[in-house]
Amino acid sequence: MITITKLDPSFKYEISKTPGGQNIRRCFQCGTCSAGCPVGEIDERYNPRKIIRMALLGMKERVLASDFIWLCTACYTCQERCPQDVRITDLISAITNLAVKEGHIHPVLVQQVKAIGSSGRLHSVTDFINKRRASMGLPNACPEYPEIQEIFKMTGLSRLVDSDGSE
Amino acid sequence: MKYAFFLGCAAPVLTGNYELSTRAVAKRLGIGLVDVDEFACCGFPIESIDHKTTILMAARNLSIAKDLGLDILTICPGCASTLLEANRELKESRELREEVNKKLGKIGRSYEGGVKVKHFIKVLNEDIGTDKVKSSVKRNLEVLRIAPHYGCHYLKPSHLFNQYEDPEFPHSLDELISAAGARPVDYQDKMDCCGGIAFGIDDNISYTMTGKKLENIKKAGADAICLVCPLCNVMYDRNQRAIERKLDTSYGLPVLFYPQLLGLAMGFDEEELGLNLNRVKVSELLSKI
Repeated sequence: MITITKLDPSFKYEISKTPGGQNIRRCFQCGTCSAGCPVGEIDERYNPRKIIRMALLGMKERVLASDFIWLCTACYTCQERCPQDVRITDLISAITNLAVKEGHIHPVLVQQVKAIGSSGRLHSVTDFINKRRASMGLPNACPEYPEIQEIFKMTGLSRLVDSDGSE
Repeated sequence: MKYAFFLGCAAPVLTGNYELSTRAVAKRLGIGLVDVDEFACCGFPIESIDHKTTILMAARNLSIAKDLGLDILTICPGCASTLLEANRELKESRELREEVNKKLGKIGRSYEGGVKVKHFIKVLNEDIGTDKVKSSVKRNLEVLRIAPHYGCHYLKPSHLFNQYEDPEFPHSLDELISAAGARPVDYQDKMDCCGGIAFGIDDNISYTMTGKKLENIKKAGADAICLVCPLCNVMYDRNQRAIERKLDTSYGLPVLFYPQLLGLAMGFDEEELGLNLNRVKVSELLSKI
């Protein structure tokens, strides 16, 4: 049940101001996105039309604290087909960006941030990796990028690197 | 023709076969690939966490190519689309450009735009051309039925690619498979995603998505699937056994990166193309040619 006093009507404006979320209010709920979504076909928890409806209604906490916003595979099928140019894939990203700001993040992504923060890459290049590369005749790959740590400090992501991953 | 070679995160660690075969094929076609140690992660894995950090990481990489006076060639569609999106947003918004450059300045860099970014397969398709690819062929592959998997970011979001091709009905990879002398095979839900991005977040989703594609490709009677993305490869090749176990089935479908297929047509041997590193064995496939 939806309780009107628990809704946050400013949520849609907050999303509109977030990169990728600019066009959310264009949505007229046709459902083209959900009809073509390959994730929704497998797992009914993921329903982009419903996420947008919930967001437009102002169900901020229910959306941002949910597990389903993390299930998008960023295939862009919905975005390409949307008749209203809502840019849905980018919009879902805007929503997860807001969720992170509110302290909700999927633990796997915390690990990804840590990996990139410490080595500059999602998959660390170790001595073992470089030895294997050499055996294949491939050049050495650079194992660390202190500039990425600097970037994370500047944008505030280092707080996730320093966290223990639990929210 | 010379490019800064942008490998990204997955290729240098997980798919040496992609990198090896790309280097071999590019050299044969006269495409110079310059290794750049400073290139780090493109920024894509941070997109769902903080878009501005993604743009900043992408801009940092672009600034490095700019300093070298080179355009970028990637072998990862995710890297290509992330770098292109950063280019687009930085071009459109002076405010963002200033904000990004203020931060880049603190690590001694700056970027005002101007670096072109292309996926290797688009370089083959647009700049080298299928005629030149055809004329590089030395070995007959016409017995091979190959299922193209375009994946997602090679084509989408389409606003990044200047109407390069219809994302629902693409043709470039089919044409390149034909140019290599093999036969492209159509199959049901050809344009569906492999689900790789959900891997780790919800393995049931990603395994089921990849499994459906493998099923459809098997039904179409293909000898192999042909890819252009290292993450798709993780799903189709590295995880194929795990998917078979989970879905209690068997595919045994070889997974080739396009440069491996083209390299075979050019007459390179198995090791030069890293085919010995493929998880799903390709010996039966090779015995056909």
